[in-house]
Amino acid sequence: MSLLDVFCHRQKKERENSAAIARERLQILVTHHRSDMKAPDYLPEMKKDILAVIGKYVTVEQENVSIHFESADDISVLEVEVTLPEEDQTKVRMA
Amino acid sequence: MAKTIVITSGKGGVGKTTTSAALASGLARQGHRTVVIDFDIGLRNLDLVMGCERRVVYDFINVINGEAALHQALIKDKHTDNLYVLPASQTRDKDALTAEGVEKVLEELAEDFDYIICDSPAGIERGALMALYHADEAIITTNPEVSSVRDSDRILGILQSKSRRAELNMEPVKEHLLLTRYDPGRVEKGEMLSVEDVKDILAIPLLSVIPEDRDVLNASNKGLPVIHLPESRAGMAYEDAVQRFLGEEIPMRFTSAPRKGILQKLFGG
Repeated sequence: MSLLDVFCHRQKKERENSAAIARERLQILVTHHRSDMKAPDYLPEMKKDILAVIGKYVTVEQENVSIHFESADDISVLEVEVTLPEEDQTKVRMA
Repeated sequence: MAKTIVITSGKGGVGKTTTSAALASGLARQGHRTVVIDFDIGLRNLDLVMGCERRVVYDFINVINGEAALHQALIKDKHTDNLYVLPASQTRDKDALTAEGVEKVLEELAEDFDYIICDSPAGIERGALMALYHADEAIITTNPEVSSVRDSDRILGILQSKSRRAELNMEPVKEHLLLTRYDPGRVEKGEMLSVEDVKDILAIPLLSVIPEDRDVLNASNKGLPVIHLPESRAGMAYEDAVQRFLGEEIPMRFTSAPRKGILQKLFGG
């Protein structure tokens, strides 16, 4: 196998996988969007309040707080995930 | 009872106007009285694709503002009986499209027509919202490409929350997927999302698959809806879409690549 063949093969392989990658990326996006759509109307307001409460104790960027609402058949789950900044983490632990 | 159908997509350039022209012509050819309305205020194009650009005197906004009667603005299609075009305004902006105005015009059209096809502009602003608001059915025009599929999902969300049927808690807008610019050869090579991929992701019933076809450009160059080109693969796929829309059950075509001869395999093409 020549060097050129190796190169061509790699290029071909990258192209071959692109549809599968597209499908995976879209599935994640669309599932997310659809679960957001089903979320109750009060969720945006509640998100703001939760962020304000967290903000009283630690300084976190908005992108480090994710709040998701999911519902299946007869159960609804509110998931709040806060990633604390390194230094604040020690502060929280010390407190 | 007139049926209002919106041709929508979110993303631009995926084939909404081509689809509006083809489906409206197909429905009219079956004997249904059909009107097709351009909602793209300021950027009208349906008249060009339908080949009636030189016969535009009054437009949709003139009718809404009471500057012309509806019958003065409607253009009779010269290729198909039973078909009329209501062009968009070229000079006004989309704010001229008032909810009350649109409703009044659609109500008046409903007295005379079986099908009212609303050709939506791209985006999710006023023009697009007005085009989908009154819909009974929606044809979601989608390319097998990531941004188009995501935008289609977004538009589906809007149909389910902001349409008249959603607001009044009526039976939801009936959704149809129309996959356009499909290239089965590239799908087989793993370079393009397949019909099944897009169907799975959007989870709505498939109306038709329109293959990538040079005749779409040839037809719009001439101002002739592509459904009138009998040899065209895209034209045939649109005719299938019309038949399925009217309740016929016909198998999907143009979803697999034509087999190549040995010479094509060796030398490409």
